[in-house]
Amino acid sequence: MAKIKVVHYINQFFAGIGGEEKADIPAELHKAEVIGPGMAFNTGFGDEAEIIATIICGDSYFNENIDAVKAEILGWVKELAPDLFIAGPAFNAGRYGVACGTIAAAVQEELGIKSMTGMYVENPGADMYKDKTYILETKDSAAGMRAAVKKMTAFALKYAKGEKIGASCEEGYMNQGIRVNFFEKERGSKRAVDMLIAKLNDKPFVTEYPMPDFDRVEPNPAVKDMAHATIALVTSGGIVPKGNPDHIESSSASKFGEYSLAGVTDLDADTFETAHGGYDPVYANEDADRVLPVDIMRELEKEGVIGKLHEKYYATVGNGTAVASAKKYGAEIGKRLVADGVDAVILTST
Amino acid sequence: MRLEIGKINITDIRFAEESKIEKGILYVNPEDLKPVVLEDEKLVDVVFDIAKPGESVRITPVKDVIEPRVKVEGKGGIFPGVIAKVDTVGSGKTLALKGMAVVTAGRIVGFQEGIIDMTGVGAQYTPFSKTLNLCMVCEPAPDLKQHDYEKAVRMAGFRVATKIGELARGIEPDETCVYETLGIKEGIEKYPDLPRVGYVSMLQTQGLLHDTYVYGVDAKKIIPTIISPTEAMDGAIVSGNCVSACDKNPTYIHQNNPVIEDLFAQHGKTLNFVCQIITNENVYLADKERSSNMTAKLCRMLDLDGVIVTQEGFGNPDTDLIMNCKKIEAEGVKTVIVTDEYAGRDGKSQSLADADAAADAVVTGGNANEVVILPKLDKVIGMMDYVNKIAGASEDTLREDGTLEVELQVITGATNEMGFGLLSAR
Repeated sequence: MAKIKVVHYINQFFAGIGGEEKADIPAELHKAEVIGPGMAFNTGFGDEAEIIATIICGDSYFNENIDAVKAEILGWVKELAPDLFIAGPAFNAGRYGVACGTIAAAVQEELGIKSMTGMYVENPGADMYKDKTYILETKDSAAGMRAAVKKMTAFALKYAKGEKIGASCEEGYMNQGIRVNFFEKERGSKRAVDMLIAKLNDKPFVTEYPMPDFDRVEPNPAVKDMAHATIALVTSGGIVPKGNPDHIESSSASKFGEYSLAGVTDLDADTFETAHGGYDPVYANEDADRVLPVDIMRELEKEGVIGKLHEKYYATVGNGTAVASAKKYGAEIGKRLVADGVDAVILTST
Repeated sequence: MRLEIGKINITDIRFAEESKIEKGILYVNPEDLKPVVLEDEKLVDVVFDIAKPGESVRITPVKDVIEPRVKVEGKGGIFPGVIAKVDTVGSGKTLALKGMAVVTAGRIVGFQEGIIDMTGVGAQYTPFSKTLNLCMVCEPAPDLKQHDYEKAVRMAGFRVATKIGELARGIEPDETCVYETLGIKEGIEKYPDLPRVGYVSMLQTQGLLHDTYVYGVDAKKIIPTIISPTEAMDGAIVSGNCVSACDKNPTYIHQNNPVIEDLFAQHGKTLNFVCQIITNENVYLADKERSSNMTAKLCRMLDLDGVIVTQEGFGNPDTDLIMNCKKIEAEGVKTVIVTDEYAGRDGKSQSLADADAAADAVVTGGNANEVVILPKLDKVIGMMDYVNKIAGASEDTLREDGTLEVELQVITGATNEMGFGLLSAR
């Protein structure tokens, strides 16, 4: 098998050119040269991979000429067409960390070439780029070089070979905000008991799921003039025309449906049903008005309590459906309702 | 309360003329069991089959999994209020058939049952690929509504498990474990320096086929209460629900509740395991408020220092989980919650339907939306009619080559929220 080709990015300091006084040197491409920490990487790669070029840039120069230098480096990397791009490790050097994160993320995003870097968790580059490239966690100074290279080498080979990348805690990269499954060594109940004992004794413990910032939506003000308002019905209860024409999934729905209510005054067992997999469908299938109250809305329409019922309704299945999907469907349904001049919506769930 | 569990290791199940247990082998005559199932006229036929670990066998649609047990000393019988009379259980001696399970299957709702693969990728995720499974596929009477079908299959499973459990009577167990909790005062006197710990177990009670029964009572209708952790070992809590397979708690897991086992393992060493608090997951806000208020109050009244809270299901019950956690923490009782996640197929979505800063200690059973490819297997116990509709599947699930593209959601017990498995996520 051909060796995995790696391009390595480092700053002026690790290239042995100089410290702060040389931080303004422009980017340089050194083809077929292995420099600084690249030597340790190359040794670690053994026969499996090799550094085919090293790119060096001063930290100040990079950060002060970010667009131009990024374009220049991307041009070189594109031509070199490596299997993997490694930047750093940057430890706790702030500008170097930002440079490593910026260029690694750009190589991945713009060239579609796998990239990775390494730095200390408090390096400002970590928070900026940890969801855009793999950032392996290192110590805060170059004293941790040996450990960093060992960790990054192992990860680099696995990643470049296309092997399955496990969860962040297994592989040592910074969590990217993407939930990844893996098998723990102890079962969940044991982990819970251990965590509780630590918590009770004021010992440190690490939660397995840090709570997110929760997205809460403020309701709109009340509709003042219901008698002239067009009201729409939208449901996550899975009410669809009989036969589920769009094949909306019973759980983890990948779509929503838009269906006509023109001329419909009552939903019955012959024409509507539920696609929802999260509850006993008997009652909804007997009379889908129980979930999507078209019959009552028609009565209110007749009585003049509301202006009219919007002639289309929207349905999806809110069962195990990812929040991101629900948000996407909500935004699209909202757009269509606004375009149709709907004043208010009744959302029904189950 | 003190309960001895005598474990009889079952090493094989075979169909035979005479139903008996001999040298660790369970011999079953299906003709002995058929009438036990068909005594309920709502079921017109049942097919028994055996699935063993490693075999190229898929069981679907799976409803419940049950461990056969028999009570040989002490008050009451297994499944009190359901099969046995309602005597309080949890003390004396019980024999359990380890390494095997009764698996009930049938097209109850079609999309709310699960899959158990005995080999391949799927087998890694379900705990029931490691048990010898006596499967019973139950055919309903014509036009039977889903909830009547569910009840009939549920009860038939318990009757069969009880009948098999009875075969263990008189057999010397391979191993005996003793579980004992003390009275409030006794516990404080015996373990004055150990933190007092409770286990809050949230039972699935969303209704409409999402129900759990305690001593035969529909848990929707209970106010949170305390029980001895040994009561569940005698079948005081049984599953009656058809929710996504990955995170429903089959009766087997209530009987072998891992949180209870692992708390007992630390009992008298690092903590004093005081009791199990059972609460529900009803859908009305007033019920959620009442139950979480009561649960937090019980934690306070029992002077607990810490609790583990486990959930069943997802979405709507996430709100109960967070309410419980928030209110219990507000009482000054430290909590750890156990849940699973629905972070989307790409893992990028928010995992729970609710969140609060008080939930700072979370154990997760993994992302149920993760997609896996299950291989085509040689034999199906049950039917493949529902694999494209089951919760966690899609219309493209069954692929041309016979493999299945599914979310972990479809696999029975894959992301169990009592911490039964090793799966997790970060």
